[in-house]
Amino acid sequence: MRYRLPLAVFLILIIFLAIGLTLDPREVPSPFIGKPAPEFALPELADSTKTLNPRELKGRVFLLNVWASWCVSCRQEHPVLLDLAKRNIVPLYGLNYKDERTSAQRWLEQFGDPYVASGFDADGRVGINWGVYGVPETFVVDREGVIRYKQTGPLTPEILENKLLPLIRQLQGSPT
Amino acid sequence: MIRPLILLFWLLPLIAAAVEVREFDDTAKQERYERLIGELRCLVCQNQSLADSDADLAKDLRDEVYDIIQSGRSEEEAIRFLTDRYGDFVLYRPPLKSVTLLLWGGPLLILLSGIVFIWNQVKRRSSVARIDLTEEEQQRLERLKRNLEG
Amino acid sequence: MMAELGHLALIMALLVALLQAVFPLLGASQGVPVWMAVGRAAGKAQFLLLAISFTCLVASFVNHDFSVRYVAEHSNSALPLYYRISATWGAHEGSMLLWALIMGLWTFAVTWFSRGLSEEFLARVLGVMGLISVGILLFILLTSNPFERLMPSPVDGNDLNPLLQDFGMTIHPPMLYMGYVGLSVAFSFAIAALLGGSLDSAWARWSRPWTLVAWSFLTFGIVMGSWWAYYELGWGGWWFWDPVENASFMPWLVATALIHSLAATEKRGAFKAWTVLLAIFAFSLSLLGTFLVRSGVLTSVHAFASDPKRGLFILMLLAIVVGGSLLLYALRAPTIRDTARYTLLSKENLLLLNNVLLVTAAASILLGTLYPLVLDALKLGKISVGSPYFASVFGPLMTPVFLLAGIAPMFAWREADLGRLFWRIRWIALGSLTLGVATTALFWNLKDIKTLAGLSTAFWLAGSAAFSLWNRVRLRGSAWAGLRSQSLSVYGMTLAHLGIAVFLTGVVLSGGYSEEKVVRLTPGESVALADYAIVLKGVTEVQGPNYVAREGDFRVLRKGRETAELKPQKRIYQVQRNTMTEAAIDPGLTRDLYVALGEPLDQGAWTVRAYYKPFIRWIWLGGLLMMAGGACAAADRRYRIASVARETVISGDLAERGA
Repeated sequence: MRYRLPLAVFLILIIFLAIGLTLDPREVPSPFIGKPAPEFALPELADSTKTLNPRELKGRVFLLNVWASWCVSCRQEHPVLLDLAKRNIVPLYGLNYKDERTSAQRWLEQFGDPYVASGFDADGRVGINWGVYGVPETFVVDREGVIRYKQTGPLTPEILENKLLPLIRQLQGSPT
Repeated sequence: MIRPLILLFWLLPLIAAAVEVREFDDTAKQERYERLIGELRCLVCQNQSLADSDADLAKDLRDEVYDIIQSGRSEEEAIRFLTDRYGDFVLYRPPLKSVTLLLWGGPLLILLSGIVFIWNQVKRRSSVARIDLTEEEQQRLERLKRNLEG
Repeated sequence: MMAELGHLALIMALLVALLQAVFPLLGASQGVPVWMAVGRAAGKAQFLLLAISFTCLVASFVNHDFSVRYVAEHSNSALPLYYRISATWGAHEGSMLLWALIMGLWTFAVTWFSRGLSEEFLARVLGVMGLISVGILLFILLTSNPFERLMPSPVDGNDLNPLLQDFGMTIHPPMLYMGYVGLSVAFSFAIAALLGGSLDSAWARWSRPWTLVAWSFLTFGIVMGSWWAYYELGWGGWWFWDPVENASFMPWLVATALIHSLAATEKRGAFKAWTVLLAIFAFSLSLLGTFLVRSGVLTSVHAFASDPKRGLFILMLLAIVVGGSLLLYALRAPTIRDTARYTLLSKENLLLLNNVLLVTAAASILLGTLYPLVLDALKLGKISVGSPYFASVFGPLMTPVFLLAGIAPMFAWREADLGRLFWRIRWIALGSLTLGVATTALFWNLKDIKTLAGLSTAFWLAGSAAFSLWNRVRLRGSAWAGLRSQSLSVYGMTLAHLGIAVFLTGVVLSGGYSEEKVVRLTPGESVALADYAIVLKGVTEVQGPNYVAREGDFRVLRKGRETAELKPQKRIYQVQRNTMTEAAIDPGLTRDLYVALGEPLDQGAWTVRAYYKPFIRWIWLGGLLMMAGGACAAADRRYRIASVARETVISGDLAERGA
């Protein structure tokens, strides 16, 4: 029996290593899932006299997309966001993370603005409070103001159709 | 051209070690700060502590830790600040929880089974080493010894 | 043409390796001498072909053949010749080719130094080595071909990562691979013995020199890597417990255990099954390390290209090689007759205890390295396991190893007279404690228990190593005759154990009394560190072959007198637009001063990071002593072929008398 022990341990190891090949060791799950979204009050990107505050959005399901003009993969996901905005399913808010106001505004002019409004988070404090570590990130917040889902990295049409939209419909359908 | 696979042998290109000038009220705070950022993991890097990383986010997080420590709050508070936002992933020293029980207890468990192994071996090996002699054999042995010496 | 020639040679090497694997193994099991003889010729031919292949890749780098994809990605026309050569193993494909080449080299060495072995045994060893070669060469050819052409070929290359443009890159990977791959020899000896059912002391004697040489290379490779990381990364650290470092450290720990258990197996016929298992573990952990580094299952600062296809291939290779050998072990080990007799207080038992501690340390590192992956796979969350964990687990496990290393050499085989032994070493024990307390109180701080314990242990190791040598020497008439009569393996052991003492001193003192300062300096200002002042004179621009740099001009002052000049650089490599910090170090036996340039600030000011690192060189010095000890022991006359038969009788005889 004890001569077979090394083989048994090794086989278990191999199984885990094989599973490991399918995982991404760098993806960090958000501890905010199922928790109330952190509060903030940020000046809007387009008009610094207005403030964006998620508390005012309570009662509606909404998306918060973290983006920046310096972020390369934000360009990649931008068409998906524009398409989503056009379909008018769910309000999309932006969190403009560690950016400069003029370049951010120019970026939206150039590529189109899918956001109802974007909060301007110049020093990245709000981003940190939301646990942002890799722009772009997208949060789904329900009617109670609870974060239900977080997508780290660019949204693709597949992720949108297969994960986000079904969840959003379910959240919108459930009674408050 | 952005190549998705960056071929590297040793490290990321962003290698310039983080260098910031920090002022502290007292050295105890400085020590606490330095120990903390050495034990916290940078999220965007391959595998570096906040202290070692030059990434933008690491700088911001160092600022947060610095603010917390410098304002006189505890290390636990700094750690809670980060784990609330990023989870246990940021801790290079995993907290003792039910899922990490095996991690922290594992080495002791392995050592104990090793010692049991040694004990069993020794019992087997030495029990054969000392052959039990009967009264008669013992006397014969004594006689032989005496003859040899004599 | 060069690339095609290299590719062809590589394919032929695979075919030859296949011959080397199949015929000798079949020959040995069927008893056909002609088939067995294939092994030796095939082994030599394989090495020759791999040498040709490797030379072709080097030539492609030297000649700037950017139509080869691998060259285009890792070289540039401005790259100096010296770095173009070491760029050959600067990334995944080329380093795998180096791995294969070194496998060929070890195979060649086995065919060369094997005249004392029986034909059947040699055939099995070469067959197993051939099988490993087949796996590695298939891996290179199918997933990581370095000779692939790039169409259309670019005008210039992408340049080598600036971090790798360093002397460390030239020496560290080849030495490390010599160690990793060298462990395959001990592995193959073990498998051959299991296959042939010939597990005896002779087998252990054959394995010992090979294991010692491989271990020495591995030690050297790790020491070089640590030193390189220290001066190149600009963090002032020498060990980071990164998964890749762990991947090299685990086989080292197990190989260290193996060296010790081989001694018991050779001299006393003890732990036969255990020793075989260790030989399997040591090489398996080398392979596992290869998998971990190249598959992307773990994040590491030393990441290679992660490609799931490659990961899957190595995993399958790992499963076949390791799974196969452990299966063989499970089937054959129960038949091993182990007739050694020993008691609780014997050298055998202390060696076993050393083994258990070392293997526990290796297993704990494996546990810590893979634990995040296991939790993730079970969907139990993501955690990180880093240096705080490893340091707190490792220290308690190593302390008894260090204490044992002092006393175990003086224990007799089979059964030691504990009372007499303790009486003899009482002065060493008392003396090392006194010296530990005295030096700690004199130079550092007596309240610092870590330093006190560490230094006392170091004195204990050094003192008992010297004492145990003296005990052997004094049995002879004169000191000179006594010294001459000692075998090289005794000197090797003494040297290696002294090495631990030196290493430990370095770890304790550099860990406890380093100073680090990050300051803002304008030219003319200085920063104080220990009893030194480091003055910034100015910053100038310097042009390198493929980079531009800003170079700080620092002077080190001690008591107002200038003792050294330090010129750290901040380089920008032009092709990849990478910034690199080149620290400047004023090295010394008792302390290093280390300065790195940070960021430029306004008014000509710079942030500057400066370290004072006491006794840090002793860490690598200790490692080098251990390596030298291993090499010394491997050169022991006993292992030379001609004397094998004669020595068998003598050493067996000596062992009986309790050497």
